[in-house]
Parts: sequence; structure tokens; C-alpha cells
Amino acid sequence: MMFYPDLQPIALEAQNWRLGRDEEDLLWLCFDCDGASTNTLSSSVLTELGGALDVVLSEKPVGLVIYSDKATGFAAGADIKEFDTVMSDARSTVAQLKTVHELFDRIENLTFSSVACIRGFCLGGGLELALACRHRVALNANSRFGFPEVMLGIHPGFGGTVRSLRRIGVQSAMDLMLTGRTLDAHRAQRIGLIDRAVPERQLLKAARHYARAKRTLKPLGIVDGATSSKLAKPIVGHLIKSQVAKRARQQHYPAPYSVINLWRDNDFNDRAMYMAEARSVAELFTTQTSQNLVRLFKLQERLKGFGRGENPKPKRVHVVGAGTMGGDIAAWCAARGLQVTLQDMKVEYVGAAMKRAHKLFKRRIRDKYERLAATDRLQLDLDGAGIARADVIIEAIIEDIDAKQSLFKALEDGAREDAILATNTSSIKLEDIGSAMSAPSRLVGIHFFNPVAQMQLVEIVTSEATDPDVADRAAAFVTAIDRLPLPVKSAPGFLVNRVLSPYLQEAITMAEEGIPGAVIDEAAKNFGMPMGPLEMADTVGLDICLHVGEILASAFGGEAPKLLREKVTKKQLGIKTGSGFFEYKNGKRQKTKITGEAAAETEVIDRMILRLANSAVQVVREGVVADADLLDVGMVFGSGFAPFRGGPIADAKRRGIDQVRARMEELGNKHGERFDVDPGWAELLSE
Amino acid sequence: MATSRASSEKTIYIVDGARTPFLKARTGPGPFRPSDLATSAGQALLLRQNFEPGDLDEVILGCIMPGAEEANIARVVALRLGCGHQVPAWTVQRNCATGMQAIDSAVQSIAQGRSDLVLAGGTEAMSHAPILWGPDMVTWLAKWMAARSLKQRLSILAGLRPAYLKPVIALLLGLTDPVVGLSMGQTAEVLARRFGVTRDQMDQFAARSHQRLAAAQEAGDLHEIVPLIDTKGQSYDFDDGVRSDSTVEKLAKLKPFFDREFGDVTPGNSSQITDGAAWVILASEQAVKTHKLEPVARIVDSHWAALDPREMGLGPVHAALPMLRRRKVSLSKIDFWEINEAFAAQVLACLRAFADPIYCKETLNTRTPLGEIDEACLNVDGGAIALGHPVGTSGARIVLHLTNVLRSRNAKRGVASICIGGGQGGAMLVERV
Repeated sequence: MMFYPDLQPIALEAQNWRLGRDEEDLLWLCFDCDGASTNTLSSSVLTELGGALDVVLSEKPVGLVIYSDKATGFAAGADIKEFDTVMSDARSTVAQLKTVHELFDRIENLTFSSVACIRGFCLGGGLELALACRHRVALNANSRFGFPEVMLGIHPGFGGTVRSLRRIGVQSAMDLMLTGRTLDAHRAQRIGLIDRAVPERQLLKAARHYARAKRTLKPLGIVDGATSSKLAKPIVGHLIKSQVAKRARQQHYPAPYSVINLWRDNDFNDRAMYMAEARSVAELFTTQTSQNLVRLFKLQERLKGFGRGENPKPKRVHVVGAGTMGGDIAAWCAARGLQVTLQDMKVEYVGAAMKRAHKLFKRRIRDKYERLAATDRLQLDLDGAGIARADVIIEAIIEDIDAKQSLFKALEDGAREDAILATNTSSIKLEDIGSAMSAPSRLVGIHFFNPVAQMQLVEIVTSEATDPDVADRAAAFVTAIDRLPLPVKSAPGFLVNRVLSPYLQEAITMAEEGIPGAVIDEAAKNFGMPMGPLEMADTVGLDICLHVGEILASAFGGEAPKLLREKVTKKQLGIKTGSGFFEYKNGKRQKTKITGEAAAETEVIDRMILRLANSAVQVVREGVVADADLLDVGMVFGSGFAPFRGGPIADAKRRGIDQVRARMEELGNKHGERFDVDPGWAELLSE
Repeated sequence: MATSRASSEKTIYIVDGARTPFLKARTGPGPFRPSDLATSAGQALLLRQNFEPGDLDEVILGCIMPGAEEANIARVVALRLGCGHQVPAWTVQRNCATGMQAIDSAVQSIAQGRSDLVLAGGTEAMSHAPILWGPDMVTWLAKWMAARSLKQRLSILAGLRPAYLKPVIALLLGLTDPVVGLSMGQTAEVLARRFGVTRDQMDQFAARSHQRLAAAQEAGDLHEIVPLIDTKGQSYDFDDGVRSDSTVEKLAKLKPFFDREFGDVTPGNSSQITDGAAWVILASEQAVKTHKLEPVARIVDSHWAALDPREMGLGPVHAALPMLRRRKVSLSKIDFWEINEAFAAQVLACLRAFADPIYCKETLNTRTPLGEIDEACLNVDGGAIALGHPVGTSGARIVLHLTNVLRSRNAKRGVASICIGGGQGGAMLVERV
């Protein structure tokens, strides 16, 4: 790479590290994981780093630069593949972390200056390594910093809790560790996480500057000094916890609370805190939450794998229909760098979509030039001029079979032969739309969830007729826009809506029985759902819920709850009309007093969740989705199903399949055949 | 039969064109900057072509008042249009004829064989015209910024006079002749006196402009417009300066604006202050073949002329007449005229001058005048009085619209002509293919 100096190589016994000396007597240690696209801090990498440090010391350099020339960045963190072995035994975890602490201590205590020179991702363990260096300089364009450990149910364990608190103070360090969010280089510099964010042309000079710098110690700011005092800690800790509680409950997600306790109970200038950190992480590793989250993380990688074929990257997307879904899909694609044309019949229809798009760009794209570029990439196209050039065409018009059929006939004629023709339908069978086409093999479902910018899952729906190559390319498109593709079969409701529907129906049935809506929703949230089912129905729109319910009922029997039908007749459609199961003002839910009969929470939860689990098992048995793992990850990323539970089937397995079946029979006796135990459970048991 | 031309001349085709709706400046800056307007119209135009934006040989854009962040606005827009790094772009100005100058520059470029495919047009957001400080204030600010000590600063602060803060409205300055000191409206008053144009005639002309535009809107004839959506989701798809209920009676009530006491030119019979952008795609014979284009017209000739700045409104007469003589085209061979309506008085004065043997002989040295232009063939879908005159854009708009008029009315030949503040005129002869 031209940004690094010419180096005199120095021999190292290592697969993942290279060492060289430049003409200014600085040593350059390159982190380059062997045979991997991304650098991770596996145990062998760390062992080799220890050996490399011995060599560095013997060379007596002026300074040391640690860098990486991998396209993916500096380092992603610890090696998740090794987590399974780590998790099993808390004591060996502590011992392993202790050796890493000692290694990073050696870096921190070098007698000469050390610099982490960062281009790209610097996350988790990678950031902890960078924090052990005396200085950090980073490329301003694409570097990102963060502690995503909390998303895996743990917290930093290579001394990161201690060093981040020391370097950037309580407020910033807690923000990073508790939320798991990442910062760009400018923000990282502003909070003092890195010394400098510089453009590419300055990176080499900046790294050398800091590699020769004398040690300076910055005292803590006044705020950090005050909040870290013995007196203030319990109060501040309590305040932070109450903030965290708004987003995650301690019994569901213990890791953030452990971070706060760690800070509260230790002094970060005291060596003892390292040990406390190790013990805390080791304990978190053994929790169900962490194990479920790690499993989901790996399954997420599996989903990404569906889009990793040898396919050309799509550049142009044409979206027909500028409603909520179509408009948001178009905006998302533009934000992700694709050239987008958005078609609808009247310019006014597109206006609302453009307004939401600008909001999305404003929220997601901080650089004003980048934001303008995204705006320019999203183009109004009333005449459908974009069809002829598009790589991917997504239909998101009204759910009307005739309209869709005639549209796809036209698209087939107007589009390039290799263009993907996709429908975002959630309720019409692909076969029915495809029957009007001369080549139904071109049709695939690319089914997004609302809100597009938040829901990561996208169902790739195929019928018998769909060309597998088309499905692969559709998955590649979804991966290219940073969403997770999940292949599902064309069956009514596909996966997520089909599994979710009995859960929503049961909630509505309970409301019909007189159980207060707030009680039902609270029970679901206590279970770990991000939103109660009734509020969710209000958000989606009760008319849409009814429509989906009817389609599922006509395919699988049963009927939509009466109360739902009543509300739709009364035009109480949820948030959009200001009234549904709850009342809304300006889209905000109004507090309601709980009236009506009380109900046992476990009963409420079981009725909803077991119906959901039962349909999950049914869908796997029918082969709508390939296996139970994919079902679990699909429901988590497609509907927000409590991630710490690992998905509906994982949760049922934890509870015990026999116990689940027995409970369902009990509920069936009381509430009827909708609790009939699916034969699929027996197959699960025999696994 | 096509108009005669020298055998060495290259044919310059108009392939397609588009413009934004013209948006009347109301309170404060409008929703789009000049580059936003040009980008939106250009995107829609390029999207429907057989070629990629990167196939263009150059982009030429006219603009009088680009924003401070829009240096060489043509390049800004070319990049925003996705033309890529390698398509050169440059910005032109010729005051009110800026948009026509952009087209003519493209014509020259193609004629000389330097380019085959050019995107040319104009853009202006007059509602974004800046408010400036005078030189006194600028000098004061420079001193203030150079001051180092508190003492220096205090003494400079003491020298600040309230009069320094008086704003300078750039738009008004731009609409005043910088050499003879007359406002553009006053030059129209000069012509009204010289050619005996009455207030009533001006108002009748203005009312008709509105009625014609309204009729064209009603009939859906303005295909050249591509709609815009602003960041708040508001959509714009028609020229909103139109007053379909405009009548001579209503216009008669307005007070003269430029010669306030004794004049006849009112805001009602003048062009409006407006934002908008217009483009055309010009191609050589070669480009037409390469990209399988379907040209709608060709630009036969253009001509520029200059005259007394006090009578700048007669520019079209000085530009069009020699051009038609050169091409040996008589009045009867011209099916449609677009003469930009800076002022009703000015267009009416042009019509009289075209027909006036003495004026034509004395100032243009021609033996016979051009003749009486039939007003039924002039600005058939209204003009700048109804839809506004974004100075950098109008010249391109009238060429674009003339092309569309020739096509929609199945006619052969037309002239687009425009008067230019500072005392010039431009004209273009367009023929259908």
C-alpha cells in the first residue's frame, strides 16, 4: 500500500503479523489474519502478538506503529468462532482473559511510543488493542469505532472497560459500552477516543508524528472527576441504570448492568478492576442471553451467506409504487448507494415518500455532501423511464391481483432480460402473479418489513417456477443493501407474517374476552417483545392485519377475530386513524387506565407465545423455511421476537418440548382446537 | 424544402429537452437552489435517453446568479447528474439570453467538430438572489478581522456607522443597466414612448399571455415540464405564476412600478421574478447514428446583435432580421415565433419595429422591413409575463418550447428571440426534421 513506508522486513515467527523497520527507525507491525478477509483476535493471533512484542523490544525502536492493510479495517474484535469453547467454563475464561490483560499491559507500558494506525473498522477487541497503544490515528473517511460486545450479551474483556473509562471518561465510555453503537472518526476524535482523524494523504505523517511523541497524560475533565467520586458513584450508577432500563430489562439483558456495576464497584486506576472485568465477562458468557445472542450472530452470518454468490453488484433499482413500503424501500436503496427511480401514477403520491426519504438521509447520513448524493440518487420517475435500465425492479403497488398481473406483463416487456423482477407482496401468491407472465421463472418475492430502515430481515420468496439463479441474485441484492436475506417458499403469509399471525390473533381474542389491552401488551413486553401485540397491530394498521388474517384463514382454516373486524368496520384502523386497540395523538400512544378483569400473566403469555411457537413448528415441518435455526433468526430479525430468547423454537426447546406440549393441551381443553399440538413437535423431539 | 445553407455546415440536431415548472418567487428563497433545479430537470431528461450521462461530450449551463457554493455551476450539475468525472462542463452568461447562449455555444462546439453530444441549458433561482453589504461595510469587516488587540477592536468598533448596514439587493442591482443607469422597466418605458404603445395595449398583451398559458395547461400541452418534489414532500408540476383569471380590467388597476408617477409599465405587464431550469440535448449527425437518436428539430442558425442599452428591448429585431436575411427566409416561411416577454411594451415595440420601414432602414440598413408578425403565431402558449423570466433560463426555455410547438402543431419553422439587458439581442432559427 502506498500509504505505508518502504520497510526493511524483520523476521517473525507468526502467520498473522508482519514486522518491518522504516528509514526513521520506527517499527511497523502489520496485523494481517492469515486466510481471512477480516482481522479477529483469536487466541493464536494473541499468542503470536506476544512473540512479536519480544522481537519489537529486542529491536529497541524509536516507536511502534500497529496497523492493518486489510480492506475490512483494523480489527473486528474477538474471534466469535472460539466463543463456544470459551463459554463452557468460567474459570478457564478468566485465565485466558488474564493472559490477554498481561499482553496488553506490555503494550501499554512500552518505554517508547506506540500508535494504532486505523483504517476502517476498529471494534470490540480491536478497539481494546488500540486503546492499549499510547496513541491512535485514524483515516477519517471510513473508520468506525465501538464496543458491540453488549449485542452478544457480554462486555469488553481485554481491559476495554478500564481503559475506555480512563481515556474518555464515564459518559462517553458508558455510551459506547452500553449501547454498542459505533462512532465515525470525527466523533471518536471529539470524545478523545482517538488522537486524530485525518484524510488518507496525512495518515502516514500523522502515524509517524505520534510514534515519536513523548508521553503525556491528560487529566480527567471536571465532570468525569466528579461523577467518579466515591460519593457520586452510587447515584450516577442508579441514573445510568434507569436510562438503560428504558431499552433493556436486567433480567433479559444483564450485560449493560454488569458494566455499570463494574464501574461503580471498582476504581479504574486500580489494577483490581482488570480482574473484576474478567470475572464479570466470564459470568456473562454462561448466561442464556449471551449464548442465544451469539448463536443469532452466527445465524446472521449464515443469512448473509445466502447473498454471497458470484453475482454482479446491482447498481440501479426501480421501485413501482411509492406507498409506505415502496417509498421506504426506494429511500433505503438510495441511502445504501444505489441509483433509484421511484414510480407512481401521480407526483403527489411520491411527495410523502420523498419527505420520509429526506428524513432518513438526515438521520443516517451526517456528511452533507454524501447526503446530497443520496438525494440525487433517488429520482422521481412518473413515466417508468427507469425500467429499461434497472438491475432490480421491485413492485410495491396495491395488493390487487389484476393490477399486479398487468404490471408484471408490462415490466417483462420493458425491463432488461437479466433484470430481477420482484414483488413485495405479502399476501398474493407468486404463482398467481406469475401466471400472467410469459416467463414466470423470472418472478421472485423480495419481501421487506415495515419499517424498512429498522427491520433487517427480507424474505426471498420463491415459487416452484422461480429460477434458482434469480433467487440467488435477489439474495445478493438484499445483502448489497445491508439487509439479511432469508429464502422462504411461496406459501400464504410466507414465514414471518404466518408465524406472527396466531400470536396477534390470540392477543385480539383475549382483548375480546375482556382482558385489558394494556395488560396483554405488558405481558408480551415482560416476555421480551419490543412492542406489545396490540400496539403492533395498531402500528401495522388493523385493515392490513385483517387482510392478512383473512388470507391465512382461507388457506389454513380458522377465522379472523370478531373484534378486529368490528374495529375495521368502525374505521378504527390504529395509529393512522388515531384509534385502534389504543388511542393515539400525533402518532403517540395515549396512556389508558387499566379497566376490566385482571388475568394471570403466565396464562396471557402462554396463550400468545405457544400459538406463535406452534405455528413456527408447523412452518418448519411444511418446509416453508429450511430449518428451525433459520426460523429462529428470521423471527428475531423480521418481527423483533425477543432476541435474548434466541427465537421461538430455541425458547420452546429451553422450556422443554414435553412441557410445552402438555401446556398446549391444557390450553386446548380450555380454549379449543386452535391449540392443537402440531405434529412437527414430535419431529423436534426426535432430533 | 429545408432552408438553404452552405454545404460545409454540419447539421445540429435538437434531440430532446425538458424543464422544471417555473416557480414564482414569493416570500424568501424558494425550495430549490439553481443547481437543484438543473439537476432535477436534467436527471429526468437523461433517464429517458438511449445513452448514458457519461456519453455526453460536454455540459454547458447558463446561470447569472449561482449560489456562492456553486462555482462553475455547470460542473456541479454535471457531476450531480452522474456524468462522471470525465465529462467537461462550463458555465456561460449573456444576461437575459444566457440560456440561449448555452445552446449556441453547444451548436458552435458541435459545428467545429469538438463535440457530438451536448447537454445545454440554463438555470436560475431568482428567489435566492443574495442580499449584499456595500463597500463601506466590507472595508470595515476586513479591518475588524485584521485587528489583533482589544484596543484596536474597540477603536474599529467605534468607527462602525449604521449606514454601513444598509443592505444591497443584488436582484435590483442586476436589473438596472450598469452603464446608463436605467432599470429594465424604464427601458421598456422608453420603447413605449418611441413606438406609441399604450397602457391598455400592454395590459391586453399581458392578459392574453396568462390566458394562453392557462389554456395550454388546461389542454396538457406543456410536455416539456418534469415535476419537482422538495425536501418537505411538496410537489410542483406547473408554472405557478399563471393567473387564469387575469383581465385587462384587473391589470389596469396596478400602479406603474418603474416610472412610478408618469409611467405605464406595471408588475402586471412585466415578466415575473421566477425560479426554473431548462435543458436541451444537441447532437451531431454522428451522435444521432451512434446512439440511434430520434431528433425532433435542427438549429439552422443563430445570431447575436447589439444596440443602445436604453433600447435593449428591441434586441430581437436586431438579431432576428439579419439572421433571416442571411438564410433568405421571408416572414411568411416562419410558422411560429417565441419572443421573450420581458415586458409587454417591449414585445409590442419589437412587432412595430419589425414592420416599420423607417426603423429597419435607419437602424438596420435594410431596404424593406420584415413585415407584420401575426400575433396568432407569437408566444402561442403564453410567455414570461405569465410564467416568469428566470434570467439564466428563459433563452433555453423559448428554444425548447418552440421546438415543442413546432412538433405539436406539426409546423416546419420557427424563430426564438430574446432581448438582453445591456443592449443586445439573440435569435435562433429552428426547423423540424
